[in-house]
Amino acid sequence: MHKIFIRSFVSSLVFLFTLTVAAVAKDVKAAFVYIGPTGDHGWTYQHDVGRKAVEAAGFKTTYVEGVPESADAERVLRQLANSGHDVIFTTSFGYMNPTNKVAKEFPNVKFEHATGYKREHPNVSTYAARFYEGRAILGTIAGTMTKSNVIGYVASFPIPEVIRGINSFTLAAQKVNPNIKTKIVWAFTWYDPGKESEAAKALIDQGADIIAQHTDSTAIVQIAEKAGVYAFGQASDMDKFAPKAVLTSVENNWGPYYVERVKAVANGTWSQKDTWHGIGDGMVVISDLDSAMPSDLQAKVKKLQADLASGKVHAFTGPIYDQKGDLMVAAGKTADDGMLAGMMTYVKGVEGDIPK
Amino acid sequence: MIKIVKRDQPSRAIFFLTPILAIFLTLVAGGLIFYIIGFKPFEALKFFFIVPIADMYGFSELLLKATPLCLIAIGLSFCFKSNNWNIGAEGQLTFGAIVSGGVALIFYEQEGFYILPIVILAGAIGGMLYASIPAILKTYFNTNEILVSLMLVYVSKLILDYLVVGPWSNPEGFNFPETRQFSDSARLPILFEGLRIHAGIFLALAAVVASWFIFYKTYLGFQMKVSGFSLKTAKYAGYKGKKMIILVFLISGACAGLAGVGEITGPIGQLHREVSPDYGFTAIIVAFLGRLHPIGIIFASLIVAITYLGAETAQIFMQIPKYTGQVFQGMILFFLLASDYLLFFKIKFTGLKK
Repeated sequence: MHKIFIRSFVSSLVFLFTLTVAAVAKDVKAAFVYIGPTGDHGWTYQHDVGRKAVEAAGFKTTYVEGVPESADAERVLRQLANSGHDVIFTTSFGYMNPTNKVAKEFPNVKFEHATGYKREHPNVSTYAARFYEGRAILGTIAGTMTKSNVIGYVASFPIPEVIRGINSFTLAAQKVNPNIKTKIVWAFTWYDPGKESEAAKALIDQGADIIAQHTDSTAIVQIAEKAGVYAFGQASDMDKFAPKAVLTSVENNWGPYYVERVKAVANGTWSQKDTWHGIGDGMVVISDLDSAMPSDLQAKVKKLQADLASGKVHAFTGPIYDQKGDLMVAAGKTADDGMLAGMMTYVKGVEGDIPK
Repeated sequence: MIKIVKRDQPSRAIFFLTPILAIFLTLVAGGLIFYIIGFKPFEALKFFFIVPIADMYGFSELLLKATPLCLIAIGLSFCFKSNNWNIGAEGQLTFGAIVSGGVALIFYEQEGFYILPIVILAGAIGGMLYASIPAILKTYFNTNEILVSLMLVYVSKLILDYLVVGPWSNPEGFNFPETRQFSDSARLPILFEGLRIHAGIFLALAAVVASWFIFYKTYLGFQMKVSGFSLKTAKYAGYKGKKMIILVFLISGACAGLAGVGEITGPIGQLHREVSPDYGFTAIIVAFLGRLHPIGIIFASLIVAITYLGAETAQIFMQIPKYTGQVFQGMILFFLLASDYLLFFKIKFTGLKK
């Protein structure tokens, strides 16, 4: 009798406990702060796809779009922290200092900052994707598919993230075609269809027959479609905007990470982390390959994708030389994350200088 | 029959009533837009205009947002009153921020009461220097100040880009486009613990008082007014037009430069690519909504500031797209310009003609 009582007491306790955990889990609210409009079909659009995955997992979400990186960011963050959100994702580099400032005032709210490096308080995590792995795949395709051996590249800002992408792309292209040259046009914007179009046109005029981009709009692939050259989609699968031109896209896939982190908040297992995921963890996804690509190239790309995912191949494997011919990475070595994070020199084969 | 008759003189009462009418019409049209896109209009308007400032923190944020708008609009009113179309306050703000930010970086990790005044002064001088370009080109080379001042906005932003990406970027910052954080001695003091409202608001209030005095109590104010009504009259009266043009541009540039100082040494604390969310352009709406009158500009800056805060609140609590804030700003200017028609014309109701 006694035992039965204890057992039922314990089981009901367990039952109650699971009930509260379930109730808490349901109550967790996540907020997302975006730099652009959710309809940009690029950076912000993909973060919003990730947010929808969190909704689909049964959590409530809120978002604020078009938040400038000026003094306004801090107010938006404080308001979100103040209005019952348990975890806040700040999805642009410029939110780094406001994120850490507001995190200090709200120790019970978790903050997740994309692409930054400051984690000044235990409730701040950072996350980013190894997009350069995707760019190694684009470089392989571009080096094989080009006929003019001139590849155009529309870049946004001269920061390590972008330089790293240009280098990874060029190294991969050289591996399959030592004669290629990468021509860069700096658009000095992340999202401006007008400026991006001008940049793409200028590159096509200079003989580029493939255009890669590190800006977010669909303007470039549409220009490429009209001009009859190839292009690659950025951030989301841009095939539907230029079915002939787009060979493949590198997709930013934030959903799995967002769901995992929100669930961790719900379970009380969230802890500070610095995440840098690539193809292997599914944060970087390669879209379907276009049928214009010959089947042996398709097979090669699939293999490279698998090797990058497993870690068998690293996008920055030596010997790597800079533009002046100085050795950057010795033969057989790979670049470490510290070098990748601060990369501000072009590799050999990239034309022009980094704007200073 | 309804007849439209031209007024002999613009109506003074209507001059000050139309801004209120414009705000009222904006609210009505805004409510209608909310209704059409599927939101409860009154609830949406409540989240837009009341909830953001319902507590002390919200109110302090309103003042923080209104400070640069008020400061720039006061400066612009000097130009606009005297028929000088300075559209480039955003550039003068940016350049002021660059110069004062550069000075603040010189004093990196230094302490001293003298640092902040130097930083503030540098910002005002930067704004003045930048405003002097369209002023000098206009007075001595007859260029159009609208085009020159506007194009210089983009130049200033590119200069800022260049500096924060290259020579001024934080050496410990992994080459990201931002400078180091300024030392505390180069920051405007916070007025209340836990709020962001800073001493920059006194700069704005000082500008309001000074502009009122200059407009209504000095010879310069009178000259500006006459030039605003008719340049020919001003010439006939023997005013030194060139000197006045340069002076109003310098005042305007100093105000915009100070607004830039307020942003970077107040809430931001460093230089990066996005110092201002286009305050220099929004302040043009503020100046006209305030009828180029110092007191009017105070109210106008508060009203326009709330469209920013309201847009954020409405998105957080009702999922209304944040860009509706810009729609509201546009509507205010639109209705103001439209109702200005009543300044010069009146509507007469007459009996039916036989």
